[in-house]
Amino acid sequence: MIALLHTGKGAAAGLLAGLEHPLSGWDHILAMVAVGVWGAQLGPPAIWLLPVTFPMMMAVGGFLALIGVTLPGVEVGIAVSALALGMVVAMEVRPRLTIAAVIVGVFAIFHGYAHGAELPAGQSGVTYSIGFVISTGLLHATGIAIGLIHRWRAGARALRVAGAVIALAGVWFLWGALR
Amino acid sequence: MIHLATTGLGPVYDGVNHLLRSPEDLLPVIAMSLLAGLHGQSDSRRVLFVLPLSWIIGGLGGFASGVEFMPGVLTALSCMAVGALTALDRRMSPNVLTVLTALLGLLHGWLNGAGIATSRGDLLALLGIGTAVFVLVSVGTAIVVSLKAAWQRVVVRVAGSWIAAIGLLLLGWAMRRPH
Repeated sequence: MIALLHTGKGAAAGLLAGLEHPLSGWDHILAMVAVGVWGAQLGPPAIWLLPVTFPMMMAVGGFLALIGVTLPGVEVGIAVSALALGMVVAMEVRPRLTIAAVIVGVFAIFHGYAHGAELPAGQSGVTYSIGFVISTGLLHATGIAIGLIHRWRAGARALRVAGAVIALAGVWFLWGALR
Repeated sequence: MIHLATTGLGPVYDGVNHLLRSPEDLLPVIAMSLLAGLHGQSDSRRVLFVLPLSWIIGGLGGFASGVEFMPGVLTALSCMAVGALTALDRRMSPNVLTVLTALLGLLHGWLNGAGIATSRGDLLALLGIGTAVFVLVSVGTAIVVSLKAAWQRVVVRVAGSWIAAIGLLLLGWAMRRPH
């Protein structure tokens, strides 16, 4: 049989790179875990709506990067996302669901843009995309799992402290981005 | 565009192998299985037969014509559409779901068939692809139909949102412009 031989070269590497990329920086990790924690604090339907909003809007950011749209201040946006999401967790802010989704969605664009603009050379963009969407989703799931301690008073307090720590880390990231 | 890897087991297995290793074709099949499963047993049965059949019919048409038209963009759009419908969990009439399924099968089948023709592959690969679609849909819908708890349906919808997000990124890769 004559066929184009598709050995999958770069596909596995692309998937691994995609899975790894959201884990490559604490700014990404903390912001995405914070989304899950905030969703858990807010309860249904936010507990699943926010982690759905984030990957969708992150894909919009990735799409913008791929088609060559220039988005200024990406690193600042990511740092501010950790700061702001940490603060809403620390203060247990309870806005309307649409407002919470907008906050999460706007920040997700910056994270997605960074992922979309940073494909390592020689790897499959398709499997890279799959990897980073899965990895992001799993970080949200981790945040939700952590956030389930909110049902206990001590747990709720611990989450607020964790939010404050994330916000402080956000200040540190912002300092680094602005320097 | 289809890239048939030679498995050494013949064209039918090359087709099976293609579907399992091609996210562009695999993800819409998974998304359609999830969507059909959310619609229940009766609609799932329809999709189980309509999707592979329309895929093969489309494939025969594509093979006869040998014309591929924007395969990257079209497969990305189909991924986005079916993933988004799954995420939204919109109830559709059985006829609308059937038409949607047939369109999906015809589109992907056409692109597969045309790809086989242009790469001078064996038409029997289509049979392998159709068989793999049948098996995947039967397993996927059976799992989703068996889910009863509300949170399990939410997990299915979240998976749909991930597929839609990946679809948007695939569109970005298809339209990619370097920075």
